[in-house]
Amino acid sequence: MTSNTTRNLRAASLWGVIVLAFALVPVLSTSSYHTNLACHILIWSLFAVSFNMLWGVTGMLSLGQALYYGLGAYSVGLMVNYLGSQWYLPAMGVGLLAAALLALLLGMLVIRVGGVYFTMLTLAFGQLAWQITFKWYDFTGGDDGIQGIIPPGILENGTAYYYFVLTVVILSIWVLKRMAFSPFGLVLRCVQQNPDRVRFLGRRVRRNQLRIYVISAFFTALAGGLMAGVDGSIHTDMLFWTTSGEVILMTVLGGINQFFGPFVGAAVIILIEDLVGARTEYWSLIIGIIIMVIVLVFPKGLVGEAARVRSLMARAGLGRRA
Amino acid sequence: MTPILQLDSVDKAFGGLKVTSHVSFSVMPGEISAIIGPNGAGKTTLFNQITGHLLSDAGAIYFKGENIVGRPPQQIVARGVGRAFQIASIFPDETVLDNVRVACLSKLGQTRKFWRSVLDYRQATDDAHGILASLGLDAQAHRKAFELAHGDQKLLDIGIALALKPTLLLLDEPTAGMSPEERHQMRVLIKKLWKEFELTLVFIEHDMDMVFGIAQVVRVLQQGALLAEGTPEQIRANKQVITAYLGEDF
Repeated sequence: MTSNTTRNLRAASLWGVIVLAFALVPVLSTSSYHTNLACHILIWSLFAVSFNMLWGVTGMLSLGQALYYGLGAYSVGLMVNYLGSQWYLPAMGVGLLAAALLALLLGMLVIRVGGVYFTMLTLAFGQLAWQITFKWYDFTGGDDGIQGIIPPGILENGTAYYYFVLTVVILSIWVLKRMAFSPFGLVLRCVQQNPDRVRFLGRRVRRNQLRIYVISAFFTALAGGLMAGVDGSIHTDMLFWTTSGEVILMTVLGGINQFFGPFVGAAVIILIEDLVGARTEYWSLIIGIIIMVIVLVFPKGLVGEAARVRSLMARAGLGRRA
Repeated sequence: MTPILQLDSVDKAFGGLKVTSHVSFSVMPGEISAIIGPNGAGKTTLFNQITGHLLSDAGAIYFKGENIVGRPPQQIVARGVGRAFQIASIFPDETVLDNVRVACLSKLGQTRKFWRSVLDYRQATDDAHGILASLGLDAQAHRKAFELAHGDQKLLDIGIALALKPTLLLLDEPTAGMSPEERHQMRVLIKKLWKEFELTLVFIEHDMDMVFGIAQVVRVLQQGALLAEGTPEQIRANKQVITAYLGEDF
């Protein structure tokens, strides 16, 4: 019992340090550039963590999460563009609702097929949404994207918006973390490991897959909606399959079997992109090599390998005492 | 007394191959019985038909008086049919405790809860510990299931089934792949569980010590059909069974 409490305290304090570090970014740095970077990390982290509930936890590899990310962003972008800035927050709500509804409908279609067919269908629907957004110039602005998305009231201030993002992301990740370690989360992990046995527990496999598909889409749309206000502009690239690919990369890099893996993965990729991108125009080549090396050296992801080292050290410590 | 499980002329064919044909028998509540027969006799297929894994082509399967043919596994499980598999069907990356706890949560209807940690569900956790204690797996509760020895994984599979508090438990070759020593322990344990959990128990087995040691009724399947049914003594003396399966020197 005591060791449990200690572990909980240690986890909570680590979590506290991370939140504090993000909270201090605007205080310690006068450059809005750093705040903007931290903002990107936070939003991509939410995207990656909610994606990992689908993939790492439940075993459903979607290549179409950009659809919901884009839906969240374009709900905000379009409504602010056509109706005005005061619609910013309601538009986020609309985006969340739309994402949940669309995920429910699409989910009923794509979850019927398993494995690689699921992956391909999510990719197909994602690309379809990208094509529509790209071609429907009159409504969506097509390749030009949407500019001048100004958050309302006090949120127009970059620092205020940053704290808004921080609060929403931390709360969302906290909710997802509770979910991951709840009975529902346990059932999702069981669905990945042995769906047949789950049926013999008297539980419906597809129903649980649909639930997490909708939940993941919801939080992905939330990340998209938040992103709309960070740079004040959105672009069809948010819906392109490479966006779905990038979130997979972040998740793999951090470790798919660790709840906070995708969080760390997102931070590392964005920092690498930022550092390398500032120095060379061949940044994508360099990033590719760095990521390949990391994945080869740390097959369980950064957080996964850290956890392995920690458990090895703990075992060695136990051995000494005995 | 009315049977708890009644098969009425049950058929299953894969293409032209008849795997089970016109199988009829009744299982009484509280009975412990064995199904034996050569490989390919249709024993596991019969289990799959009872649990809804396979849809029967013809015939009826009554459980507690209700025809369950056409119902999906989760509904049949909910009515009280439990099952352990020939190859242990467990959740390898979860702890031993969580393997059983998830089944306890399912029985208590708590698998949709998404807010509190699984650790906070006392009832399910206590139930799971109780089952692990009955199986002698409590010392390994916090190990990952894939780390268990083969025999313990099979026990865990039974534990998951027991957690659902079945009235009828089907065990598919509980001693398959075990050493003689392990087989003996399993035999003792199954008899203990049968009494402790007040089960109706049907098991498929090739281990004749187990079949003739603990079964009250033995049913013999051959080429998908029920060849014989009776007490161990009757089966042992049955000429047809000796020719088809047991062999002269049994």
